[in-house]
Amino acid sequence: MTRISVNVDGTTYEDDVEPRLLLAHYLRDRLGLTGTPIGCDTSNCGACTVDLDGASVKSCSVLAVQADGRAVTTIQGLAKDGEWTPLQRAFHEQHALQCGYCTPGMIMAARDLLRENPHPDPDEIRQALEGNLCRCTGYQNIVRAVLAASGQQAPGAAPAPGPEVGEEVSA
Amino acid sequence: MIPPAFEYARPAGVDEAVRTLACAGEEAKVLAGGQSLLPLLRLRLAFPELVVDVGRIPELRGVREDGDTLVIGALTTHHAVLHDPLVRRHAGLLAAATATVADPAVRHLGTLGGSLAHADPAGDLPAVALALDAELVVAGPRGRRTVAAREFFVDYLQSALTPDELLVEVRVPKTDGWGFHYEKFHRVAQAWAIVGVAALVRRDDGHLAEARVALANMGSTPLRATATEEALTGADGPGAVARAAERAAEGTRPARDVSASPEYREHLARVLTRRAVLTAGEMG
Amino acid sequence: MTGQAVEREVGRPRLRKEDARLITGQTNWTDNIQVAGLTHLAILRSPMAHARLTRVDVSPALRRPGVLAAFSGADLAEGLGSLPCAWPVTEDIVLPDHPPIAVDEVRYAGDPVALVVARDRYAAADALEAIEVDYDPLPPVLDLETALAPDAPLVHADKGTNRCYTWPLVTGETFEAVRDRAEVILKRRYHQQRLIPNAMEPRSVVVTPLAASGEYTVYSATQIPHILRIMLSMVTGVPEHKLRVIAPDVGGGFGSKLQVYGEEALTLAVARKLGRPVKWTESRSEGALATHHGRGMIQDVEIAATGEGRLLGLKVDLLADMGAYLMLVTPGIPILGAFMYPAIYKMDAYAFHCTGVFTTRTPTDAYRGAGRPEATFAIERIMDELAAELGLDPIELRRRNWIRHEEFPYTGIAGLTYDSGDYEAATDKALALFGYDDLRAEQRERNRRGDRVRLGIGVSTYTEMCGLAPSRVLRDLRYAAGGWEAASIRMLPTGKVEVVTGTSPHGQGHETCWSQIAADVLGVPFEDVEVLHGDTKAAPQGMDTYGSRSLAVGGEAVHRAARTVVEKARKVAAHLLEASEQDLEFSGGVFSVKGSPEARRTIQEIAFETFTNHDLPDGIEPTINAEHVVDPENFSYPHGTHLCAVEVDTETGRTRIRSYVCVDDVGRAVNPMIVEGQVHGGLAQGIAQALYEEAVYDDEGNLVTGTLADYLVPSAADLPDFVTDRTETPATSNALGVKGVGEAGTIASTPAVVNAVVDALRPLGVHDVRMPCTPERVWRAVKEASA
Repeated sequence: MTRISVNVDGTTYEDDVEPRLLLAHYLRDRLGLTGTPIGCDTSNCGACTVDLDGASVKSCSVLAVQADGRAVTTIQGLAKDGEWTPLQRAFHEQHALQCGYCTPGMIMAARDLLRENPHPDPDEIRQALEGNLCRCTGYQNIVRAVLAASGQQAPGAAPAPGPEVGEEVSA
Repeated sequence: MIPPAFEYARPAGVDEAVRTLACAGEEAKVLAGGQSLLPLLRLRLAFPELVVDVGRIPELRGVREDGDTLVIGALTTHHAVLHDPLVRRHAGLLAAATATVADPAVRHLGTLGGSLAHADPAGDLPAVALALDAELVVAGPRGRRTVAAREFFVDYLQSALTPDELLVEVRVPKTDGWGFHYEKFHRVAQAWAIVGVAALVRRDDGHLAEARVALANMGSTPLRATATEEALTGADGPGAVARAAERAAEGTRPARDVSASPEYREHLARVLTRRAVLTAGEMG
Repeated sequence: MTGQAVEREVGRPRLRKEDARLITGQTNWTDNIQVAGLTHLAILRSPMAHARLTRVDVSPALRRPGVLAAFSGADLAEGLGSLPCAWPVTEDIVLPDHPPIAVDEVRYAGDPVALVVARDRYAAADALEAIEVDYDPLPPVLDLETALAPDAPLVHADKGTNRCYTWPLVTGETFEAVRDRAEVILKRRYHQQRLIPNAMEPRSVVVTPLAASGEYTVYSATQIPHILRIMLSMVTGVPEHKLRVIAPDVGGGFGSKLQVYGEEALTLAVARKLGRPVKWTESRSEGALATHHGRGMIQDVEIAATGEGRLLGLKVDLLADMGAYLMLVTPGIPILGAFMYPAIYKMDAYAFHCTGVFTTRTPTDAYRGAGRPEATFAIERIMDELAAELGLDPIELRRRNWIRHEEFPYTGIAGLTYDSGDYEAATDKALALFGYDDLRAEQRERNRRGDRVRLGIGVSTYTEMCGLAPSRVLRDLRYAAGGWEAASIRMLPTGKVEVVTGTSPHGQGHETCWSQIAADVLGVPFEDVEVLHGDTKAAPQGMDTYGSRSLAVGGEAVHRAARTVVEKARKVAAHLLEASEQDLEFSGGVFSVKGSPEARRTIQEIAFETFTNHDLPDGIEPTINAEHVVDPENFSYPHGTHLCAVEVDTETGRTRIRSYVCVDDVGRAVNPMIVEGQVHGGLAQGIAQALYEEAVYDDEGNLVTGTLADYLVPSAADLPDFVTDRTETPATSNALGVKGVGEAGTIASTPAVVNAVVDALRPLGVHDVRMPCTPERVWRAVKEASA
């Protein structure tokens, strides 16, 4: 067992872990932070993407001991006081998710892109998301969402959305 | 899947790392960024007794100049290499090829040294190191030694590193003024190269004074296309380049796998070499 | 309380209710479930395609730390029945026993041979390595044609044959008769490669027992909680009323979770034996072996036509790879396609035969489209070939043969009655969006120049049958269940509404769409509606989600149940407003008396009145809740026109999609935003079959594309932007006018892409490229054509 101290979404945890414990399993099984799912065993799918000290990583391909002394941000740490981030909002508004399994990783990867490149073009977005697989959306609305989150108009944008969920529709 | 159990050491410096490796012998694996090792562990294709995590050794990170050479710490991540101004200025081929390695998240953890030490002939960076005539500085119980890239890649997934040695630096001669291009051919963006071609050319008065061409995934190690290189010397136009590129597969022994046959790889090596050299030489 | 809804909900691109939990990481995937005392199941799988098990010794695993139990197949054989096949397509079908865990013989690489239950996943994975198994190799059976030879090694030796069944559908004139008068006859062989569905969420099962009362709750990443409950009861002997099945949030299915899996039965069996909650979650590479595959067919297709291009007849002979066992609907998948080969075309003769063949590979079963993509591929490919043979534009050939819009309803040669459609309208719209004539001109120019990178244009004017389905038709096809769907609506005292559906969404957005439907009929706010699904306790009756059936059948059930609620409420309103029912108007959720608009009650107020039951007259039941079971009289028939332009580098063989346009007619769109999303995703999967994906086996029967590093699911960087549009001809088989959209994109796109690739290379003498059209295959096709 190895003693680690990891800050996850603003809370510091100290734990004794087996060195082989994957960060993704540490988050899910030890901390109960199941917002980060696991989709493969070869680091191809990116569903488990989290932020480690300011950079996106695939938490299924990182040992928990490698995160010792570092800060992890997961999908569960993004919204503050119930307020979604622009990316989360854009994924919702552009219908950039269906089953939603890839969505946490997709949002974390897109977040990483926008940090380095606040105004990416569609090709840059597609390249930046090459390590995140989605089986439902065909990616087009994900590209639109990232464009929208970066304040850009999506070419051929999704049909004009209706009112927000929860917004009053009745007269 | 789940990695097998192993012991874990996190040495604070190179000397400690080397001592730890020396004690463990063949049963130890070095963990740098882990982006090659973790998938192997998860698929239970590797069963190390000890994992030596060198990821926290600060002296192994970063890029500096040493005269006509760039010195890149083995633990410098792909992301750092890609964005390093010195690399971009003096070793553009390395930056260009690094941009094609895996995906952004993997590039955040994966390291140059790790990619080279893994010695996967399908990897992009071993071929690039070969094209750049890089030198690899290795620390071991008997001190440090320098291994030329041509000597470093011994066989499939096998480098010149002995089990008690650690790759600490990659020394890359500056290629200011050289044209370069990395041509990677793969079926989907994330996939390994079916064939990769790293080309470096030095032009002189309308012809190629010198050319270096290295091939990824054309054998059990990265290979230099020496016949093509010789034929390119003095090449003065696309026709000459094309003729030289026809020899790119000479001396290669590409594998048959699920993504390609040897015959197709040889064909690609010729086509991609022509394209890479023409692009590098701004002749196409 | 609310007033009138200002806008109709159906037809609006409503943002999804589902999203909030999905984008914040609060989703309830099965693998997220933690309960006290949870144990973990791991499965040892055969590394060999075919072998006798001579020894399985689990005792070394029991000595590993943290291990509670370990079982061989023999240990579990008693009390575990065969996994079910619900679609024995012929009377004389060969239906082998399918134990959830192998007892004496393994028949595919990945067949379970032993189990371990441990305190955590890590301990379970470690203990698997201690189990000792001896295999006595048997020959693998991998080739569909040689498997049928008299001396072929057998997958199931006791059955004496690898032929599972032969199923015919012969209609109209004999094919021989039309062949005699045909001026053009083309014969082609197409290969449908095996595909691995790869829903992003790996499968997972959690079983929590209540040992004292013999009750079990099964959580599973499944598309079919209701069917699973019945089948698990039959396989394990746990009485149906003691089983509760919950499909929590499910991360995609595409048919792969339309299954009753061995792991579901095994997790239940083990939880029952141990009296402990048990979880099993597959890894991606385990799933590549253990989750059923799709496609896997050889198609011999022959088409006969006149010199003007009028189709006379079609003959189809299929060999379909069943894999090692028949799973839930394995044999029926090609049969779903049987009716679709004639597609939108009129002809005089149709002869179809399908032979199912056992092989020593992972069983096949439904994968997005299930039989219909294969059929559509074959007919749309050979139509392009016929057009080339006749020197006709492929669009023109189709125009000469398709059912004209004024001919609907039209009963086609395969016996289906297409209720509605307008192929002209969809095609004209698609051609305009695509810039068809300009692209053809560019293509001619590039061909004339002999460009290295050629331009190709592919056409696919598909239709499909979905909305499964009329129960009587299913009976005639020997399918073991019905095709109805159930919905009920509960009007809560505070005016909120619960819609209970028997459909089981896993990404489709039923919570949103069913809310739209119910809100419209009831005149209540969208936000006041909650949709309950995927739990046999909350939604006790259902046939679940597959075959693009949820909206056309399940949505229709919601619609009808809501209408019944209104009619029941009308009786109460008449009493409360002291008016006759005929004098009441209902609009925007409000009953009012004609001529005196101040006399009004909302339907939500009426719900409260039934709750108190203070003022209801005798003879009126104090509820306006309603339920409805819908069994449609016909399938629904989405159609559309897909056009794909590719650029093919003839030197490297690389194909790049330059543009993709589709105009789909899925009937009325309840939520056009969701429709577009379904089309996008369908296109991606169809394109993936055309260009990227294939489950490859080596000569020993080992899967060599067992991880996502080898099995190439395309990423955002590999796919283009799509231009999508719609036409709307309402379906007549349901009141909503909807057809279904879950599979259309996948069905249509594969032939559009391959047609485009071949079209690019036709001037070089290429007539076909086998899927996936890898760079090497394209390169070889060009090389061989020029040789």
